[in-house]
Amino acid sequence: MNRILVSIKRVVDYNVRIRVKPDGTGVITDGVKMSVNPFDEIALEEALRIKEKGLAEEIVAVSIGPADCQQQLRTALAMGADRAVHVQTDAVVEPGSAAKLMLKIVEREQPMLAILGKQAIDDDCNQTGQMLAALWGRPQATFASKVEISGDTAQVTREVDAGLEVLEVDLPAVITTDLRLNEPRYVKLPDIMKAKKKPLETIDPSALGVSTVERLKAVKFDPPSQRSKGVMVKDVGELFTALRGKGLV
Amino acid sequence: MSKILIVAEHQGGKLNAATAKCVHCASQIAGADIHVAVFASDPASVASDAARITGVSKVITVAHAAHANPMAATIAPQLAELAQGYSHVFGPSTTFGKDLMPRVAALLDAPQASDIMAVESATRFRRPIYAGNAIITVEVVAGTQLVATVRTASFDAAQSSTSAAAIESAHPSATLPQHTRFVSVSAARSDRPDMQTAKKVVSGGRALASADNFKILYQLADRMGAAVGASRAAVDAGYAPNDMQVGQTGKIIAPELYLAFGISGAIQHLTGIKDARTIVAVNKDPEAPIFEVADYGLVGDLFQIVPELDKLIASSN
Repeated sequence: MNRILVSIKRVVDYNVRIRVKPDGTGVITDGVKMSVNPFDEIALEEALRIKEKGLAEEIVAVSIGPADCQQQLRTALAMGADRAVHVQTDAVVEPGSAAKLMLKIVEREQPMLAILGKQAIDDDCNQTGQMLAALWGRPQATFASKVEISGDTAQVTREVDAGLEVLEVDLPAVITTDLRLNEPRYVKLPDIMKAKKKPLETIDPSALGVSTVERLKAVKFDPPSQRSKGVMVKDVGELFTALRGKGLV
Repeated sequence: MSKILIVAEHQGGKLNAATAKCVHCASQIAGADIHVAVFASDPASVASDAARITGVSKVITVAHAAHANPMAATIAPQLAELAQGYSHVFGPSTTFGKDLMPRVAALLDAPQASDIMAVESATRFRRPIYAGNAIITVEVVAGTQLVATVRTASFDAAQSSTSAAAIESAHPSATLPQHTRFVSVSAARSDRPDMQTAKKVVSGGRALASADNFKILYQLADRMGAAVGASRAAVDAGYAPNDMQVGQTGKIIAPELYLAFGISGAIQHLTGIKDARTIVAVNKDPEAPIFEVADYGLVGDLFQIVPELDKLIASSN
């Protein structure tokens, strides 16, 4: 079966103002709105569009994390994923471990594509997709803004510093999504009801034989240094004089 | 002792400034021995540039036709082979490095620290998370090989030196995969400075309201010798190409002067400019968050202000 695996990470909603705990042990997440990582929503939307074109038959949403991740998996099922796999752990899972866990699911599911967000908006690591591709020994097309599947290959347009790069990759492959790949659909109420009946499987990382021991440990968290507030100028002349005084224009 | 391998980024036979920034970052690790690896179809000129970066003790070249257009899938197995015996493997936090380094890390079974902005020791680094709204200090378990990308906006380029390091060619035995093929790259070629190294950047937001209106910014930028950037909103709306996007998911820059026109200042944008020395914001909305970080703020209509500023600069030159 032509299957697509999609990553779904539970993260602090992008609209939340992030605050570091006063004791420096983390950021405040108590009572904070949690959501699907926006790049993963884009990944799921792309998988849905590929399926709607008749190029894939099943979409499996995968999440790694604590019990509450099931809320985000239910959102993914409501958006249109066919089933969900939850690798349940309370441990901090670094990208290398996440990639190893994803690989186990990939080996079991044998997808034609694994589509992941290019980064999660919490740790901003931008690693898991590339690591999964390496461990799987398959192509990677990161930061995708356009995906065209034809037969056993995909042509992927990538947003790179120089502009747009196009790669052709053999399937199966890993794709990571950039912002302009698509605009994810809104979930409708009846779909939320239907999603409750879709299969959601829970797996323990140890059952997959993967250690989640951290090798890069968090020592402390600090708020960023603030820029001091500047001055308001009243017109262009004053602005020009100020910049000229600093030798900037 | 730390032995650090840095992968060079280059375009058109020229070394990218990001490489010298990685060297500067690596040189902050006490007693570091720093080598640079160049993957190219013809690495000679890039290698000789890299050999003249202060702090580099050796340049290793890997010449292969497959490296004419650098691809992570092709470079990673060879870089992983070269990386044996190094305590650290660094690359720039550009799209080139972001694409490549995790693939190398996975092949080495090494953890990766992304976007390092400060070096505290050979095992301890600081990096931004949550779009720069928090800074995390991370420590790698002693004796573990570490892969990292370097947040180039946090480091000046290491100076070039009059003496050159030795250049050696290597021939890794790793087979190159055939499953990934380069098709094309469409770069908006321009004579303007590269945004990531430009001293001045003029940037526009949604308020520009059309791609055509961006012309007034191009004109001002050309007058000032500046690069041109854009907010995500402006790029999403099609007013500017993706390679102009500044911010969390675009380019992180640290120019001496950043002029933001009609950019409200979403947190994701601000994270891309917070290392700019001087920020100027022009916006109609006096409540726009960009004014919180601006050194100089001016409330007004950019369509009047940009031409006026352009005229003032023109008449004073």
